[in-house]
Amino acid sequence: MFTEIATDPGAPTVTIVFEGREIATRAGATVAAALLAAGELHFRDTPVGAERRGPYCLMGVCFDCLVEIDGEPNRQACMATVRDGMRVERQRGAAGIGP
Amino acid sequence: MTARPDIAVVGAGPAGMAAAVAAAEAGAHVMVFDEQPGPGGQIYRAIETPGPAGDAVLGADYAAGRGLSRAFRDSGAEYLPGATVWQVSPDREVGVSVDGRARIIKAGAVIVAGGALERPFPIPGWTLPGVMTAGAAQIALKASGLAAADAVFAGTGPLLYLIVDQYLKAGVPVRAVLETTPWSAYLGALPRLPGALLRAGKLRQGLGYIRAIRDAGVPVIRGVSGLAVAGDGRAERVAYTHGGHRHEIAAEHVFVHQGVVPNVNLTRSIGCRHDWDPAQACWRVATDAWGATDVAGIFAAGDGAHVGGAEAARLGGQLAALGALCTIGRIDAAVRNNRGAPIQHALAWELRPRPFLDALYRPAAADRVPAGDDVVVCRCEEVTAGEVRATAALGCLGPNQLKSFCRAGMGPCQGRLCALTVTELLAEATGRPPDAVGDFRRRPPVKPLRLAELAALEPDDTDGGDAGP
Amino acid sequence: MTAGADAIVVGGGLHGCSAALHLAMRGARVLVLEKDTVARHASGVNAGGVRRLGRDLAEIPLADAAARVWHAIGDLVDDDCGFQPSGQVKIGETEAEMAEMAARVERIRALGFAHEVLIGADELRERLPAVAGHCRGAIVVDGDGHANPFRTTQAFHRKARALGVRFLEGTAVRDLARAGGAWTVDSAAGHSQAPVLVNCAGAWGAAMAAKLGEPVPLSAEAFMLMVTQPMAPFVGPVVGAWGRALSFKQLGNGAVLIGGGHRGLADPDANRAGVDVAGLAASARTAAAIFPVMRHAAVVRAWAGIEGETPDKIPVIGESATAEGAFHAFGFSGHGFQLGPIVGRVVADLVTDGATDLPIEAFRIDRFAN
Repeated sequence: MFTEIATDPGAPTVTIVFEGREIATRAGATVAAALLAAGELHFRDTPVGAERRGPYCLMGVCFDCLVEIDGEPNRQACMATVRDGMRVERQRGAAGIGP
Repeated sequence: MTARPDIAVVGAGPAGMAAAVAAAEAGAHVMVFDEQPGPGGQIYRAIETPGPAGDAVLGADYAAGRGLSRAFRDSGAEYLPGATVWQVSPDREVGVSVDGRARIIKAGAVIVAGGALERPFPIPGWTLPGVMTAGAAQIALKASGLAAADAVFAGTGPLLYLIVDQYLKAGVPVRAVLETTPWSAYLGALPRLPGALLRAGKLRQGLGYIRAIRDAGVPVIRGVSGLAVAGDGRAERVAYTHGGHRHEIAAEHVFVHQGVVPNVNLTRSIGCRHDWDPAQACWRVATDAWGATDVAGIFAAGDGAHVGGAEAARLGGQLAALGALCTIGRIDAAVRNNRGAPIQHALAWELRPRPFLDALYRPAAADRVPAGDDVVVCRCEEVTAGEVRATAALGCLGPNQLKSFCRAGMGPCQGRLCALTVTELLAEATGRPPDAVGDFRRRPPVKPLRLAELAALEPDDTDGGDAGP
Repeated sequence: MTAGADAIVVGGGLHGCSAALHLAMRGARVLVLEKDTVARHASGVNAGGVRRLGRDLAEIPLADAAARVWHAIGDLVDDDCGFQPSGQVKIGETEAEMAEMAARVERIRALGFAHEVLIGADELRERLPAVAGHCRGAIVVDGDGHANPFRTTQAFHRKARALGVRFLEGTAVRDLARAGGAWTVDSAAGHSQAPVLVNCAGAWGAAMAAKLGEPVPLSAEAFMLMVTQPMAPFVGPVVGAWGRALSFKQLGNGAVLIGGGHRGLADPDANRAGVDVAGLAASARTAAAIFPVMRHAAVVRAWAGIEGETPDKIPVIGESATAEGAFHAFGFSGHGFQLGPIVGRVVADLVTDGATDLPIEAFRIDRFAN
């Protein structure tokens, strides 16, 4: 799995919640980096074949790292920055229509 | 941010930063839009805020970007990070979203410096979680100091060796490098070697990486074909053919790469002319020596126009700035030509090794056009090579018809990860050259735009008039 | 010189393909000249509405006859064309709109057509649970729906070819002349001759008509559409609004297609249609007002197809008023898709019998003559 090549104990951290699991991560990290560092590779299930997908390009072009962030679907995890208390869910199939 | 800029620059990589510096130096009001939180593009990603991976790991070429980003910060150009450009219209209106708010900004000239992306690598299993591009591995390292131990790197191209070298410098073990450069490529590249030898330093650098990788004891297996990744819901093993036999390695992380190609979505959606580049097997926007496209006031620079690397992109950005300044009447043609001449000279020198590198690292046809019918081509809509071939057999001749027939290219990536494969697949299936087959039309928004943002776009967000004199 | 033909159809859109198919079904040898590719413009990229709801009174008999063909479209072209009879709904947002809508339904009933039905707020919410609270009711037409426009046009194209129709794509018409009871059409393919000429040239139809000495004040319009990333299913029928431009539907893959009349920038000479962001923004506002859940949607693509629009927004269908052996079917003004299967039959009636049993008087080309 992805791990930090050097740790900086003094660096500020934030906590996000992914599928109900609390994940502590470096402030300023992208959601994708936070999930990868927590060992997560499965970010979404595709709408057509219900296949598992995860980040492929990490630069915003492949749209395979789509997650739901604080209720908003279709967010690119590699382009979103973590915020303390952020709730992230896998995007399962087509985006839900929300509350 | 209500002012109308003389020049809008899309992208803050080496081309965009250099263009902004040059244009601002000439007194133009410049606005620069970039999706990332800091300048640098992908090559100098997180150049201002390096993570745990320092210059010792990332190397001198990366560190060199810091000078440019400082000049950019000091240039007076108005810089908007976190800005997603979703449209540029042919009359130079830039549609951009920042902090969840969309607006339209009209510029006198627009320099598109959107950079490159990695060529699609359509092999069995390339959609499995755990398979990422080598570029993605490098972004994780640059921006977050993240690395995956015991990964397999597979493919061809200088970036593949660079990232493996960076992993090793960071002390991260690498399981193997599977090189897909076909033997024929070495022969094809040989006649172009003399031109490249003029820039022997560049070539030595590449050879140095390869030596370091071998010295570290990482198996480097050359002449690999038939790559395939398999696993249950995630990558577990890589299979390949070498020496006439199938082999398999266990790996949870497989980083693939076979070169970079221009990201043409924005220039395509503007309506600029593009030509097929047979040497790099990709589309590129047609420009003159100043980066001017065939759409008035729209310029293109950097790897998004023609892949030549960071230094060529920096020079190309400067030339596009001169072209744009001339177009909006800030400088006359004589000044442009005077200032441009040494830059053009330097650019020609910088591009000297390209024909050699293009020939050497031209991916094998079998790695660009999957032989197997069950390989996914369009990742978004989950369309396979077999479906594309079947549609061609129905009489579908071009990518745009294909889109309507089987949805390939219709997902949110809008063909970024499948367009080249589709063009070459249809070329093969219909026996026509790629430039006759053509490319997907790309539509705005080139990045998905929240409907709520579009709905909030009031008419007064649209500045009328013309910023040019 | 191309081989002999009984009829030359200009335009390979849905109407050209349908006319060619119906002529071939009656044994005619047909040549279709298409300047680009089949279904390249509005025929391939329209919203795909199969709609009787809200038709101009003059179009209702045609639309009604077309609806019957749509429900058995596979019998005609061996393909279901992606037709989904999911219904059409036109929403009223105020009491004043509801009153206008009631009057409209009454007027249609008086003409003998019962397909449009007025429903109130409760039934609207039953049919469309996601609709906004302020919506008061709707006109609904059960049995209307939507189809895949590209697939439909290609199905007509394929069936016509199977019946011997020859299609020449990338073949623009340069000139026309009639002598000795036959038309000679000069195109990139050379000179083609036939006693009958059919103008199905869409937005370019007026240029053809002008060559026959009967100009039509047709404007080229770029009707815009946009599509979202797939969403969980929340709406079945095609939804429009009485008081504002909207055509809204959810496709089988969950993507939502939003159109309804906002125009982009048409450049018929350059064969290009661009989108206009202000118009898209207006469409987005309407969509979000009627379906609040749309605030979560992400727009992935917007585009426009070039279509010919007449001043009275109804098409030109019928014989030429100035030239013998020439027939027109163009200028459908953004709502010709549903009519495609029937207007081809009408053209074939006119060509082979000199008359048709459907009322087409209102579509005469010489209504623009003075």
